[in-house]
Amino acid sequence: MNEFNFTRRGFLKIATTVAGGLAIGVPMPRMAEAGGHGGGAEINAWLTIDPNNIVSIVTPQTEMGQGAFTAVPMMVAEELDIPWENVRHVFADANRHVNNDNLYTTTSTGGSTTVSRRHPYMMQAGASARERLRHAAAARWGVPVDEVMAKQGMLTAGSNSGTYGEFAADAAMVTLEQEPAIKAYGDWWLLGKDVKRLDIPLKTNGTAVYAMDVTLPGMVHAATASCPVPEGRLVSYDFDAIKDMPGVIAAVELKQPKDVAAFTDMRSGVAVVAESWYQAKNALAVMPVVWDYGRGASISFESQTAEAMSLLANPGTLVLNEDGNIGRNLDRGVNHEAVRGIIDGADKVVEGEVYSRPFETHATMQPPCAVVDVKADRVDVWTFTQDIARSLNEVADQLGRDTKDVYLHQTYLGGGFGGGYNMYVHRQAAAISAEVGRPVKVIWSREEDIAQDAQRPPVWGTYKAALGDDGLPVALVTHFVGEEKMPAFSQRGVANMPYLVPNRRHEYSIVQSHIPIGYHRAPGANSNGFIVEQMVDELAQAGGWDPLEWRIKMTEGNEPWQRVLLAMKEKSGWTPELGRGEGMGCAVVESHGTIAGCVATVAVSRRGQIFVDRLQYFMNSGYTINPLNAVEQAESSAIWELSHAFFGGLDIRDGRIVNTNFDSYTMMKMPDTPPAIEVHIENSENQWWGGLGEPTGPPTPPAVANAIFYATGTRIRSTPFAKAEL
Amino acid sequence: MAITLNINGRDYSIDADPQMPLLWAIREKAGLMGTKFGCGIAQCGACTVIVDGNAVRSCNTPVATAVGKSVRTIEGVSENNDHPVQVAWQDLTVPQCGYCQSGQIMSAVALLERTPEPSDNEIDKAMAGNICRCGTYPRIRAAIHKAAEMSKT
Ligand code: FES
Ligand code: FES
Repeated sequence: MNEFNFTRRGFLKIATTVAGGLAIGVPMPRMAEAGGHGGGAEINAWLTIDPNNIVSIVTPQTEMGQGAFTAVPMMVAEELDIPWENVRHVFADANRHVNNDNLYTTTSTGGSTTVSRRHPYMMQAGASARERLRHAAAARWGVPVDEVMAKQGMLTAGSNSGTYGEFAADAAMVTLEQEPAIKAYGDWWLLGKDVKRLDIPLKTNGTAVYAMDVTLPGMVHAATASCPVPEGRLVSYDFDAIKDMPGVIAAVELKQPKDVAAFTDMRSGVAVVAESWYQAKNALAVMPVVWDYGRGASISFESQTAEAMSLLANPGTLVLNEDGNIGRNLDRGVNHEAVRGIIDGADKVVEGEVYSRPFETHATMQPPCAVVDVKADRVDVWTFTQDIARSLNEVADQLGRDTKDVYLHQTYLGGGFGGGYNMYVHRQAAAISAEVGRPVKVIWSREEDIAQDAQRPPVWGTYKAALGDDGLPVALVTHFVGEEKMPAFSQRGVANMPYLVPNRRHEYSIVQSHIPIGYHRAPGANSNGFIVEQMVDELAQAGGWDPLEWRIKMTEGNEPWQRVLLAMKEKSGWTPELGRGEGMGCAVVESHGTIAGCVATVAVSRRGQIFVDRLQYFMNSGYTINPLNAVEQAESSAIWELSHAFFGGLDIRDGRIVNTNFDSYTMMKMPDTPPAIEVHIENSENQWWGGLGEPTGPPTPPAVANAIFYATGTRIRSTPFAKAEL
Repeated sequence: MAITLNINGRDYSIDADPQMPLLWAIREKAGLMGTKFGCGIAQCGACTVIVDGNAVRSCNTPVATAVGKSVRTIEGVSENNDHPVQVAWQDLTVPQCGYCQSGQIMSAVALLERTPEPSDNEIDKAMAGNICRCGTYPRIRAAIHKAAEMSKT
């Protein structure tokens, strides 16, 4: 999976720091090549060792609680062999990146790739630094390099000893004949151990700085409204009606550059600027505004659902090729031209009903927010972003300024989950600051956030299968319906499902939609897993198979899946037959290279109240750098999707999102949290590193729905479950 | 209008309209940024502060109603990040993105001051107004029990 093959000699960039330390630039292939080999490598991060023996690691990713700022330093410290207490993480300089031919290769943070793609490069940097330090010490002490030990931040040879920091400046001058090889997998002292994330203490006393917390002298505050029906346009507004309200300074039109806004274009709207944010928000709420709603005004979730249902009544309009578009190369026996014929001629046919998932919104705990200060000689930016370079470029573009003059300062993110892409709040702040000539903080109200977020798209899906004499499927056709902007989301985890059905065909169709959409924690897999993994249970039941045995049988020979499924069977106390009103269900979904299985135990009361008593997870990500962080993320993703299973769901009427705030877009809270969430790591340990920020989410709703089926005999085919009749 | 607010034992003289939500007075006028904005309608708890011993949602509390009372924010929980709740939060690695956690901690501190050894049900009740989009609830629950345990000794 992660083979890498960079030229050993001269691949690192070595420099001396101002303070007399060692600095090493770490290369990494460009994104396009990241799946393959390391050609075209560029610097991805900087590692510095200061004379005081403190090691700092600069990485350009963002920290939103997922652990990037801890995982990357762990990889370096492992090879460098330095006490963990001596390691610091430092924010990257976006300006330097953008203006030096993308110095860090990419600053994008998503797809659970921080560890999975970057580890060989970060570890190499640590190993290279260690070797240079040994050479430097050998030269100063006049001993052979072989005699110099580097351990826990100390260099020793016989009676000689010194800290890494004392040799850092010399090490910067060392040229190695050959770069050292990194350690064999598993041969580690730090990786694989529980390490507390470095950002935790800052988050227990309120000192972690988010964009929301940045204050500049003379700063004013702005509340914004883009057209409440996406794709619509501002016609006019009446500033005179509010100009005498307390604190109000100005109204600024927010101009959309083209007829149809691209994902990160500013959308047509208006901002009110005031001394305090609540004054801006109150004034905006009462300012008369006229909109031209555009085509969206005739679209509702009901009309989209009706369109999807009529599409699903017929074969799909598009067929996915054999490979699907995601996933590792599992052997797929697809014979799609013949599939419908095989099913039509079969004795035993199972025809699924329609399953669906609605739109969901990110609702990051910090609503989108940006501070921008536009001056004649420079522009300073703090914003909600999962890609600092992209946002810097957007501000430069918005203002028509040279990127050299734009400084984007990284902050912590109050949640990301994909919501920090496709974001234009910093464009708004830049435009407003330019217009009013003062630094501006733009905060989206929660209502504006839910109305304008790049939402997770809905999906509708069904299937038809023919079963053989052994009760297992011989042919399967699926038909999924997605929306028009990112239709691939309706196929992730479908075409590349691991189940060895000998004849398969995957069709899809597209409904009209004006709602902006974007990445949302385990995109595609989150909704599609709900459908596929209940389909599996229906097929197993129709064929007389235990659902877990069915999965084991249908993935025979596939080691990573077998490992997870067998652990579920052996460790979970698996049985679909529990007492009255109780049920156990399972589901397994792969996303981001990690296979995650969930076994859910539920109880359903006579009045139809559902209690999730226990959730057990079994994850195979190949290797795990920091099991504590993996468990934290597993719990987090599980609750994320459980929240959407029982709460959540956006409704759309007359083109606008009906839900407005946390009173109408509800989510799980403490009393709804299952009493037991257990996470088991079941790694193959065979040279691949899956992502861990998202994978336990997708199997959760189908496992719970399957468990509800065993408890009640009722199958729930859409979310939120609260609406289902039990 | 000139208003005096007592926050974390210190008087702040601020110029604010009496209807200004306490949240924005704390953030914009007193400059204490640990208290967060999440919804503005008392539905998420990100803005939770303790006023005269009670956990309140500062986003819909007019600043005038806090005059003459003692307001505590996350900045006033301890000098050195070592209140039992903070220590338990660190030990059990509760925060993820961290944005909700000032509010969670204030709710937990208020709970433990009133109910030093809360049951799960009491925790559910006291914490039901605090959303964590990162889903740290199981760790929050365990950390409250741990903080209660630590405070005993
Ligand atoms: S911001 Fe006050 S409860 Fe949400
Ligand atoms: S830690 Fe992110 S919202 Fe609670």
